[in-house]
Amino acid sequence: MRVSVVGGGPSGLYLAILLRKAGHDVSVTERNAPDATFGWGVVFSEETLGALRDADYATYLEITDSFARWTSIDIRYRGQVLRSSGHTFSAIRRTHLLAILQERCRELGVSLEFGTEVSTAQPADLVVAADGSNSTLRRSADFGTSSTPQGCKYVWFGTDLVLDAFTFVFKDTEHGLFQVHAYPFDEHTSTWIVETTEATWRRAGLDRMSEEDSMAFCQALFAEELGTHRLMSNKSVWLDFPLVRNETWHHGNLVLIGDAAHTAHFSIGSGTKLAMEDAIALANAFVRHPSDVESALVDYELERQPVVERFQQAAGDSAAYFGRVGSYLGLAPIQFAANLLTRSGRISHANLTQRDPRFTRVLDAWFAANASGAPLVPGAVAPPPMFAPLRVNGATLRNRVVRSTSDLAEAARAGAGLVLTGFVAVAEDGRVSPATPLLDDSWAAVVKDVHDAGALAGVRLGHAGRRGGTRADGGVDVPLRDGWPLLSASPLPYTPSSAVPAEMSEVDLTRVRSDFTSAAERARDAGFDAVELDLADGHLLASFLSPLTNRRSDEYGGEPLRFPLSVVDAVRAVWPGLLAARLTVTDLARGGTTVEQGIAYARALADHGVDLIHVRAGHTTPNSRPEYRRGHLTTLSDRVRNEAGVPTMVGGYLTTPDEVNTVVAAGRADLCLFEPAPTPLEQL
Amino acid sequence: MSWVKVGVGLPNTIPGISGEVLVEWARRAEGGPFSTLGVLDRLVYDSIEPFAALSAAAAVTSRIGLATNIAIGPLRSPALLAKQALSVDALSDGRFTLGLGVGARRDDYAAAGVNHKARGATLSQQLAFLRGQLDESGIGPRRAPVRVLVGGSSGAALTRMARYSDGYAHGGGPPKAFGSAANRARAAWRDLERPGEPVLWGQGYFAFGDPDRGSVYLRDYYAFTGPFAEKIAAGNLTSARAVRDFVRGYEAEGCDELILYPTVASLDDLDRLAEAVS
Repeated sequence: MRVSVVGGGPSGLYLAILLRKAGHDVSVTERNAPDATFGWGVVFSEETLGALRDADYATYLEITDSFARWTSIDIRYRGQVLRSSGHTFSAIRRTHLLAILQERCRELGVSLEFGTEVSTAQPADLVVAADGSNSTLRRSADFGTSSTPQGCKYVWFGTDLVLDAFTFVFKDTEHGLFQVHAYPFDEHTSTWIVETTEATWRRAGLDRMSEEDSMAFCQALFAEELGTHRLMSNKSVWLDFPLVRNETWHHGNLVLIGDAAHTAHFSIGSGTKLAMEDAIALANAFVRHPSDVESALVDYELERQPVVERFQQAAGDSAAYFGRVGSYLGLAPIQFAANLLTRSGRISHANLTQRDPRFTRVLDAWFAANASGAPLVPGAVAPPPMFAPLRVNGATLRNRVVRSTSDLAEAARAGAGLVLTGFVAVAEDGRVSPATPLLDDSWAAVVKDVHDAGALAGVRLGHAGRRGGTRADGGVDVPLRDGWPLLSASPLPYTPSSAVPAEMSEVDLTRVRSDFTSAAERARDAGFDAVELDLADGHLLASFLSPLTNRRSDEYGGEPLRFPLSVVDAVRAVWPGLLAARLTVTDLARGGTTVEQGIAYARALADHGVDLIHVRAGHTTPNSRPEYRRGHLTTLSDRVRNEAGVPTMVGGYLTTPDEVNTVVAAGRADLCLFEPAPTPLEQL
Repeated sequence: MSWVKVGVGLPNTIPGISGEVLVEWARRAEGGPFSTLGVLDRLVYDSIEPFAALSAAAAVTSRIGLATNIAIGPLRSPALLAKQALSVDALSDGRFTLGLGVGARRDDYAAAGVNHKARGATLSQQLAFLRGQLDESGIGPRRAPVRVLVGGSSGAALTRMARYSDGYAHGGGPPKAFGSAANRARAAWRDLERPGEPVLWGQGYFAFGDPDRGSVYLRDYYAFTGPFAEKIAAGNLTSARAVRDFVRGYEAEGCDELILYPTVASLDDLDRLAEAVS
């Protein structure tokens, strides 16, 4: 097979080596000179190395001989250095990696041509676009390409400061926060990437600075960390990271690999790893399908696309973290570090325990001490964070696990710190269905059983609003034939087949407010420890908060919080205990409540005496578009907790203790709604 | 993890299928280790209408379940769709499961004169009708409610599934892809506070005797997806071992019922599948 590789980066050269070894006739064309330098060092992880060893032992030896290796991550934060160990990194100077690969190509008889621009497909059996994120060759066919800026502004420097750890530096300035991602890659040099939000970048005047001035700015900014060492430029200008995706990675005999096919934000350091793994997968596909280019390319895509999607998801989470890291500066250093290390979702509390047991011992001990208000004692041990108590407004939950099931006593016996009822209506016309419970005398016995099992009991008080009057089973939002009159902020039906609610009058507002307060009084009489007010899921109070459902022209339209806050105030006046609010933080729908508005709502609720926000999203209208991946509400909770400064509870299908430990240890929520899947193991 | 039930597809979308082979297929499946006979739905194609195919199967079987997996709901009016579903359910004495989705082909919508853009909203309205108004509509035959599954992968589709149906019908792919979709379906179920767990169905394709012919069929059937057709064809299961690995993979991901669809209308392939999964 005749193979034409366009682009002499790591993926192109490595593929050339592997295909040449398999006996194919391979040429590589690169538009730059063989020793052109872009960027500094590249990072590899341990798992990649195994694949490189198996694919080509000769280059593996040379690459690993040149590696800088280290096992620690240093986090420089609030003038302290916090070190986490047990990680595995290795890095190599990019030009050296290319030199090794070029030499191996020559040795194997790959034709290498430098300084030649190629923009159209070459006559060959297989044409490989390995020409980077801004691939020219990719434009010759429709791959469904998208390229969008992701994350912060960043600039890529080198420095002669030789680090002995992967180093993050967080530097708060008058303009805002700057952070550094730095790592060594040979005995003399480290990569030093500076990153900041576009707003901070503009405030600091970096948008108007020359390359020279901006390097001087960074040199001065990190004078403390760099000491006598200097930053070095290599066409180091401020960039936006391009997130590249392609719906398909091949078209006829033209195939995309490496950055031409996909990118993953630099903050998880996997671009070169993914590129070289692409090369291995593509070469192996031709071992399986030696005489069928189409089948080989389909195989290659089927193998690589799911892997890359997972990395892109993690990289996206990591990029977003660095975009909002300024809101975490209130976290204690150990928690700040836990939040940073678990930012992409690829490392959990359990993974961290395996890598660095000392770190998690201290983290868990700190968490327990902080939870009980005690000082951290050196050498202290504590149970994992999910088992730390939570003290809030005079109540003490024995742990961070919340369960909401139909059998509250059983949920309490299953170990939850707090058990929550489902929706309990404050009035007959506020029921979801005829089966929706009201706050009657029957609850006192349930609460007693819960208390006997050691848990606190909370009741969710709500009025279903326009989502009321539906059937009890077989689905949700299926209207009853003979329902009851519904109420909402505005007369808009929930679904096209739902009944049209009446727009609430002053009389309705007063009556519903007193329904809430008298329900709260009955909750107190029943012995409940917590009341959760329902301002979520498109129910009555929530209908005032969203522009999609509140079209009123009176003051309750002009001030969406006016009526809900009046209910909060009235309930707060009669309910001394733990008061939570279940709040739709974003509608996940066009024209609806945004996250920023939702966070402002959370802040307002806290100002009015709400102790805890239960973070919800969507369902304001039936057409919201939740993502539903595991932990799909966690980032929202993180933002509410850290930007509004309110304790939060979060669900979103958290099914394992490890997820709960990670969420609470990292400060993304204070309580987790735990929903373990049923397992036959419990029937043994 | 629980044991996955394995069903087999009727070859109703394989061009040129005869009534004789279709009925014999149903008879043999009834006698085999299969839980369900599934059918696919396409309008602008040389295929047998899914409810018609299941009616034929109902007439010659008494044990095996019958399912559309999926039928393209919006191509039919809510009342007609209900009538078809109730009819197959009555003919089979309650063995029917109605899997619904929006499909993926614009030309089916154009031919049916249905607005493609509103397909999601239309399916939601149909489901609301099936779960609600149908009871008072006078449309019969009336029996216990038909089990309904919903397919699709977007957040909106999963919300629709959790709002109106009994479970999720996945559109096919490797076990890992099913597992990730199943988790999202479970998360949607919890998010809408449905009790219990959604029923989870998966699907795959097979051909043993003449796999190349099977792949040609898949490329043709999915030609409208462009380059994706090749990936679907590459997933065709062509050996007993591949089928068993696939079934085990789905089982490990918590699939309740996995329907394997033929890509060649060969009764010999059906017998070999029966052997592979028993």
